[in-house]
Amino acid sequence: MSVTPPAGGGPEGGAAPSSTVASRLSTNLKLGGIIAPLLTVVLAFFVGGLVVLITGHNPFDTYKAIFEGTGLQWLFPWTTGADRTRAAINLQQTLILTTPLILVGLAVAYAFRAGLFNIGGQGQYAVGAIVAVWVGSSFAGMPHLLHVVLTMALATLAGAVWAGIAGLLRAATGANEVITTIMLNYIALWLGFYLFQLHGPLQNDTQPDVPISNDVVPSAKLHVFWGDPELQGLHIGIFIALAAAVVYWVLLNRSTKGYEARAVGFNPEAARYSGIKVGRTYVLVMGTCGGLAGLAGSMDILGWQFHLATNDLQASTIGFLGIAVALLGRNTALGTCLAALLFGALVNGTSVRNLDPAVFDPELAGNLTTIIQGLVILFVSADLLIVWLLTRGRRRRTAPATGGAGETIEVTA
Amino acid sequence: MTEQSSPSAGAAELALELRGITKRFGAVVANDGVSLQLRRGEIHALLGENGAGKSTLMSVVYGMAAPDEGQILIDGAPVTVASPKDAMAHGVGMVFQHFMLIPVMTVAENLVLGAEPRKGGLLDVAAARRRTRELSERYGLRVDPDARVADISVGQQQRVEILRALDRGARILVLDEPTAVLTAQETAELTEVLRGLRAGGTSIVFITHKLNEVLDVADRVTVLRRGKTVGTIDTAGADEASLARMMVGRDVVLRIDKAPGNIDRSQAPTLELDDVHVVDDRGLPAVDGVSLEVRAGEIVAVAGIDGNGQSQLIDAIAGLRAVSSGHIRLRGRDITGCNPLEARDAGIGHIAEDRQHRGLVLDFNLSENLALSDYRRAARFGLIKPGVLVARARRLLEEFDVRDGSPGTPASSLSGGNQQKVVIAREISAEPDLLIAAQPTRGLDVGAIEFVHRRLLAERDAGRAILLFSLELDEVRSLADRILVIYEGRIVGELPPTATNEELGLMMTGGGAAGGGARTVA
Repeated sequence: MSVTPPAGGGPEGGAAPSSTVASRLSTNLKLGGIIAPLLTVVLAFFVGGLVVLITGHNPFDTYKAIFEGTGLQWLFPWTTGADRTRAAINLQQTLILTTPLILVGLAVAYAFRAGLFNIGGQGQYAVGAIVAVWVGSSFAGMPHLLHVVLTMALATLAGAVWAGIAGLLRAATGANEVITTIMLNYIALWLGFYLFQLHGPLQNDTQPDVPISNDVVPSAKLHVFWGDPELQGLHIGIFIALAAAVVYWVLLNRSTKGYEARAVGFNPEAARYSGIKVGRTYVLVMGTCGGLAGLAGSMDILGWQFHLATNDLQASTIGFLGIAVALLGRNTALGTCLAALLFGALVNGTSVRNLDPAVFDPELAGNLTTIIQGLVILFVSADLLIVWLLTRGRRRRTAPATGGAGETIEVTA
Repeated sequence: MTEQSSPSAGAAELALELRGITKRFGAVVANDGVSLQLRRGEIHALLGENGAGKSTLMSVVYGMAAPDEGQILIDGAPVTVASPKDAMAHGVGMVFQHFMLIPVMTVAENLVLGAEPRKGGLLDVAAARRRTRELSERYGLRVDPDARVADISVGQQQRVEILRALDRGARILVLDEPTAVLTAQETAELTEVLRGLRAGGTSIVFITHKLNEVLDVADRVTVLRRGKTVGTIDTAGADEASLARMMVGRDVVLRIDKAPGNIDRSQAPTLELDDVHVVDDRGLPAVDGVSLEVRAGEIVAVAGIDGNGQSQLIDAIAGLRAVSSGHIRLRGRDITGCNPLEARDAGIGHIAEDRQHRGLVLDFNLSENLALSDYRRAARFGLIKPGVLVARARRLLEEFDVRDGSPGTPASSLSGGNQQKVVIAREISAEPDLLIAAQPTRGLDVGAIEFVHRRLLAERDAGRAILLFSLELDEVRSLADRILVIYEGRIVGELPPTATNEELGLMMTGGGAAGGGARTVA
């Protein structure tokens, strides 16, 4: 018998006495099992289809074209010949996008489990990418393995420190991590602008008129194991991300640190009473989350981007996609991986390069991804409502017509 | 709504009658053919253990749960109560254990909420205040209409709830465990209020599991056990033992006879407090120079009215709150300023005052909850083997007689008594030198209380030092070897367990003890 199934037990979760929105959310997210997230996705695609219809296009053709753009048909044995070659290339791109999404998703998920809302994935990813591009473009001639590991480690550390600041502020002063992580996102963004702008300290040595970093040297690049390394084949980062998901599962469900994080997430007061250092747990959890997001930044830099422009920093929305991934994945290891694949596929399938303009204008299709992303978040929130409605058969709202507060009592006594 | 005109014999005197109410939740039968007759102008106690179905029955009456079978008659006429609104229309008012008040609003604003007097689309504050004052005078329940609910005592908040029900025209008032949150003094005041309402013709259902209250307050009592009616009797002529037998279904030892503690005076005291000062959250002195000692093999009770510094004193000893001056020593070692973990490691166990918020992580299952204070010891290389926790949990659940729970059950689905047993199992199994037991039986029924008392005495006899904090004088006298009385943050005197409630009560309110603030060191 296992003590803690990753997705949590049945709907008897009860009313957690926890104080923050994030911890209530994480409690509710455990409920509903696998059905609710699937329904969420179906509903989001359905409403997305209505949007396509309104724009005067055929939703079925559009979704079919998007699916073909993801390369997922490579998994079907009947895809052969030139189709299969094209599908392989597309799938490589999908998985390249999935890699950082897994890591950033985990960075949000672990925080949720500890009752924290990490909106700072974006900034943590950015500092990871900045450090990766800096270390990766320096030290030419270092042995390959050492250079890669060193770069990844420093990027992870940078992300951990970045998020650790928010954890420390929460622990020491009670400053809400939602606010501090958002602020840290801006600081990271402008730090990047400063570094890579024209005449910035890390701006490109050979192109003085482009706000871009130096290129990562070959010894720091991640190995490409599928596809053409010159044409952005799939790098080994996907395995690093999957390994991180396994580590996350063990950390959360089998380690003392994860146990402390969950106890703090559910009931910080009881955790404190039993001797768990709540403040230190906040710092450690945020540090771990930041490390995961920072690692994600190095994956992209060392795997396929190889340099960082100020535009890249501004255009990236990975921190927010990561929130959607964690929410949809119910903060579980497996769920996060699957949700990351969904969003990775969606982003790739709707990209300008992959979508046939005759079926649906790719410019619009990019927006469709954003719409579906928004719908997923909306429906995840809505299915929390559904879960709440389902469980209220047990727990009746006692607020009569005169009532105000949402107190509940046990009617089963 | 079905109105029939065939009142049964004697129905004219009945304000409320329940006939054969059955309510199922899935496979669980919460009420099984329960009947109850509430006479007009009586106080009727509904007595039963936790989980006997009292609250379910009343939620049926108040329209929050539809009965599967059975009939509700109000004033002799069968009615359908589909919602609290229906219930109110029939003159049924309910006061919940957890108040439905908005803390930031004033008493008057809370009282009119849901039926606000309006003037030009806005709340007519003057009318609300007037209505509150009128009600307050009519029923003799003193409240200050302009006080913010957050600033008034729990007892006063309860009055606001009662007044609100009366304001909505309640002739039948249901109170769900109204004394669970009250001090002894407030309970006495509530009793007076209820008698006044009875004199004015209001019929009252009083849900409780406390036997002495039934005898004090109620005219008649209906006892429920495992969802069934055991019977209804007059309280005149009944005693606690007979009520307990009806309620539990066997003879219950209400007060355990204990041998005097076997204290080894040759050893240094387990716990020593030396002139300890602690401030509360607002920075005001809460513990004002407490010195005391507890030896291995004795139970020392700290008795006092709630809010006289007990919580801050507990927190200080357990390392949860800073000590502003003074020293705390455990087995001779200075532990002043320890954090909670260091205090635990030093040998302090703590049965927290509030099991749901501090004692348990309700979303954790029982094996995880039982590991809360020593999961580190179950781990190797920072990893916990779930099997180890489960095996340990199975053993403890068995030893501490936690019913309806397996290691994988979430703590939230246990009854209060079983939750408390889980907390006690965890704290005792850590084998602390000093066990702090704060309100260890709050909200428990007599059967569970008996278990907790026996267990605490067994731990005492096994040589543990126990510091008991309790608001229940009977519990204090029945368990303690020595009673220290705390008043305004000071220990004002020491009494033997043979002291009467009057002696204790006098000292607890600042009277009695020669010299008032004498600091007694045993």
